[in-house]
Amino acid sequence: MEQLIGLVNYLVFFAISAGIYAVLSLGLNLQWGVTGLFNIGIAGFYAVGAYASALVCGLPPSAWDGRMVGGFELPFVLGVLAAMLVTGALAVVIGVPTLRLRADYLGIATIGIAETVRLVLKNEAWLTNGVWGLQQIPSPLYSVIHRHTAAYISAHPGLPEWQRLLVSRAYNWFYFLLVGAVVIAVYFILKRLIRSPWGRVLRAIREDEDAAAMSGKNVFAFKLQSLVLGAMIMGIAGALYAHSARFISPASFEPLYGTFIVWVMLMVGGTGNNKGAMLGAVVVWGIWAATDFITGYLPWSASQVSALRIIAIGLLLEAVIVWRPKGILPEAKAKRRAP
Amino acid sequence: MKVEAWARIPQLLVYGLVSGSILSLGGIGVSLTYSILGFSNFAHGDVMALGAYLALALLPLMSAAGISSHPLGSLSFGLDFVAALVLASIGTCVVVLVLDRLLFRRLRGAGRITLMIASVGVALGLRNVVQFFWGPQPRYYSAKIQLATVIPGLGVRIKPDQIFIVAVAIGLAVLLHLFLRYAKMGKAMRATADNASLARVTGINTERVIAWTWIIGSSLAAAAGILIGIENKFVTPELGWQMLLPIFAAVILGGFGNPYGAVVGGIVVGVSEEVSTAFISTAYKPAVAFGILILMLLARPSGLLGRRG
Repeated sequence: MEQLIGLVNYLVFFAISAGIYAVLSLGLNLQWGVTGLFNIGIAGFYAVGAYASALVCGLPPSAWDGRMVGGFELPFVLGVLAAMLVTGALAVVIGVPTLRLRADYLGIATIGIAETVRLVLKNEAWLTNGVWGLQQIPSPLYSVIHRHTAAYISAHPGLPEWQRLLVSRAYNWFYFLLVGAVVIAVYFILKRLIRSPWGRVLRAIREDEDAAAMSGKNVFAFKLQSLVLGAMIMGIAGALYAHSARFISPASFEPLYGTFIVWVMLMVGGTGNNKGAMLGAVVVWGIWAATDFITGYLPWSASQVSALRIIAIGLLLEAVIVWRPKGILPEAKAKRRAP
Repeated sequence: MKVEAWARIPQLLVYGLVSGSILSLGGIGVSLTYSILGFSNFAHGDVMALGAYLALALLPLMSAAGISSHPLGSLSFGLDFVAALVLASIGTCVVVLVLDRLLFRRLRGAGRITLMIASVGVALGLRNVVQFFWGPQPRYYSAKIQLATVIPGLGVRIKPDQIFIVAVAIGLAVLLHLFLRYAKMGKAMRATADNASLARVTGINTERVIAWTWIIGSSLAAAAGILIGIENKFVTPELGWQMLLPIFAAVILGGFGNPYGAVVGGIVVGVSEEVSTAFISTAYKPAVAFGILILMLLARPSGLLGRRG
């Protein structure tokens, strides 16, 4: 029984991570799947969202911190808003010089912004505490929920061990519901937007930019809006990560890997399909977590095994590109209205 | 402090020339792949790293084969290293040609962005293959400390190894120029870059052109990776990722798809990165490349030597 509860608790933890990746994947689906924007700097937006929210909601700098600013102890919702504002601004900065040019330039610029973000996180200790990162990031409603569960456990001393294990992790259940609510909200907002005339223009741009421009659409403005909105969604994911991990450092946001796994998720799930984006996040994160279990049985060192896992994810991506470019859930064909 | 910063500039120009010539070699490959195959190859940096590690692995075999490891002149390495450099470049070509056969060939008509995504996957794959075999720690090419010599009259220092790096880069760039200008295959490559379908109609075997593009690009990449190892004395699996941004900045600066532009762009980016260290923290060197890239995209997206339009 205890083992079963252990598994349940693990699954809740797994679902929180998968949910955060689903938000990232939905953001990328708006940019790439719907609009055809090539963003390979996802990790940069994710990191900026996490740091922005952590700095807005976190504790003021302590005496032994290298950090001088931030830590306003504001509510979680304001942290998420700050994450969206800062990532949106960052998207404007790289969108304006690149979105009038070929897709390659945006890709390269997003690598550049991700790399620059990483350098700033590492070196500007007055803001980010450098490589030591930000600690003790508050989780929303943690103290309230923790107080209640602790009171419940001490009021029921005869509680069976498995119930005690379950109740003591009640906060994770709450966070799981929170992440789930965000995923569902983002999904429905995107669904409405993509079906709206605005979304139709984005898809038209993806299919044929010149034709969209010929029909009088301001292609640049639409692309910029899509890039900014997608980046804001990635910022939300960053905030969700910061408040669940409660500790972030530059090492939490590996530039290529953080970006890459989200791409694999979207490609596996189905580019252009929001349900596919979410499914891909769960499937790929499941494969990733499952490979963690078998690594103990392999005759190689930890760094070799982690290299093998990334190679395996890379092979999965190439296999999808070659054999199933539309993913598990292909994008639905546009319905034709009767004339 | 300001005066000291300015006084360092002549020396930094020399360092910039050295790192710029390495960037130029890397940029040529990106430029050729772009103009012939039509996509930005994000795996190029990791191909460089692969070359650097292959040389490291081949080095002990060279002395076993009886090639002298006695230092050449005042260089820090011997003939065995030069042999390893050549063999590692060939080995890198073989790996890249196999990748083309297994992956890129299947995606010939798949569109630019699909190819770019595939190349990101290859980049991560190659980097982790390197990490699997050689580990994440730095691996050292040579433990020898080399004294810099002062160039008379200029008052700047340069190491013999650095002269070697610049000489190899110039030599390879000149060879490439002669190849593109006079060799039949070079002419076929330029024709394909100009207009692939027209080239095909005139009887040019585009698959052979593509194979040669990979061969030239990846052997220059391997050479560049090895030269980085000589300059830094060590290599890490992140080498390729770290070079990617400055190389793309160089290619865009020079004009995307123009190998001569890549050479000019490489020198400009290398020099700017080094000179920037007189004024801002060394940690921000890669961000300098990014800054140049953004400025160039705003001012003249077609690049210094690119055609407008």
